[in-house]
Amino acid sequence: MDTPPVTHEPQPRRYGRRLFLATVLGGVSSLYWGKAAWDQVTGVISPVASAVAPILPAGGWRIYTISGDMPVFDPATWRLRIGGLVQQPISLSYDELRSLPHVEQVSTFHCVTGWTVQNVHWGGVRMHDVLARARPLASGHALRFVSMEVPYVDYLTLQQASLHDVMLAYEMDGKPLAREHGAPVRLIIPEMYGYKNVKWLQGIDLVPQAVNGYWEDLGYDRNAWVGRSNGYGA
Amino acid sequence: MKTGYVRRFSPIERLLHWVNAAGFFFLLATGLILYLPRLSMLVSRRQLIQSLHFWAGVGWLGALALVVVLGGRRLLATARELDSFDGDDLRWLRGRKAPQGRFNAGQKINAVLTAAFAVLFGVSGLLLWFGEQDTRYRFASTVVLHDGLMYVSLALLVGHLYLALIHPATRHALRGMTLGSVSSEWAARHHAKWKPE
Repeated sequence: MDTPPVTHEPQPRRYGRRLFLATVLGGVSSLYWGKAAWDQVTGVISPVASAVAPILPAGGWRIYTISGDMPVFDPATWRLRIGGLVQQPISLSYDELRSLPHVEQVSTFHCVTGWTVQNVHWGGVRMHDVLARARPLASGHALRFVSMEVPYVDYLTLQQASLHDVMLAYEMDGKPLAREHGAPVRLIIPEMYGYKNVKWLQGIDLVPQAVNGYWEDLGYDRNAWVGRSNGYGA
Repeated sequence: MKTGYVRRFSPIERLLHWVNAAGFFFLLATGLILYLPRLSMLVSRRQLIQSLHFWAGVGWLGALALVVVLGGRRLLATARELDSFDGDDLRWLRGRKAPQGRFNAGQKINAVLTAAFAVLFGVSGLLLWFGEQDTRYRFASTVVLHDGLMYVSLALLVGHLYLALIHPATRHALRGMTLGSVSSEWAARHHAKWKPE
């Protein structure tokens, strides 16, 4: 009598739980390696992604605001006021600001939440070219940067503000600064995290000393050095 | 039940699916407003959207946990089905014709990844929220993990919606997740090894 051939089907394997655990463990471990890997990937895909889907934040920017309404720049009424401990308070129109010596730089922008935008091309003016016109008094040791986005303010010491690549930027990547990036002008200090880089500037005041700004009142470090503050680095 | 139809998904399985789907879509919408610069500009109220996103995330995971507790042994049995991969599943994954059970191997992988992603979304979301207030919870890669999960989930979702809503051979499955039942003929064709009760 013929007997049917016996096939030995292996027992079902518990692959589901292995996949679950591997995914969770891989995801949690990426807290330590994810950013380095992502920086490599974005270097390759960013140019392609921005061409294919311009709505994607391919450049890596996230837009943070603290109030309900993002400030609107009106060239007819906007002024940059320089005051406080100065001999000659001044206020500059947009055209007057742009008539000051123009400088450009390429620097990297770091947000304290972990994202980074490399090689941003900024155009604008150096701080001392603006401050010199107001003739600071010797009693002023720090600057208060006042945003049109009330109540956002932040401070730098004069020493910090005189770093070689600190600037007031009114251009980004070859175009006038966009509204979401702080039009018409924002502070750029590449050595510090983004929250020090005040957007939508409307005033700079010389003050006796740097105190807490908006985010520092919420627990962030006053000296926001990239990689050396806010829990990062030593 | 209508003649010629068999029950594929129990009420508790469907509840788990739709609680997950509702939460995911709300979190996706609020998350994209926070993530895409153009939407951030349009809506502008970042603080409000951020709070809505966070608390919706807490509610979503809480609701999922509640359904799992309510489901008890019934959902545990479902989890065992999703956990188990036999020779036919592995052949199916290699693109060969192989009879499938109530869940095909692709559906098992999708379900397992969805569950793992829910855990990871929760962990990274909590770290982002508390990291804003306390540097001990801040990691440079948290935002990368959260965003990466979003991208992979979105890709899975697009495939899932295509198969459930558009693809002629598979879209009948949607009936199983809404009304609970599918036609016996369809079940025999797509899930030959499944023996409906």
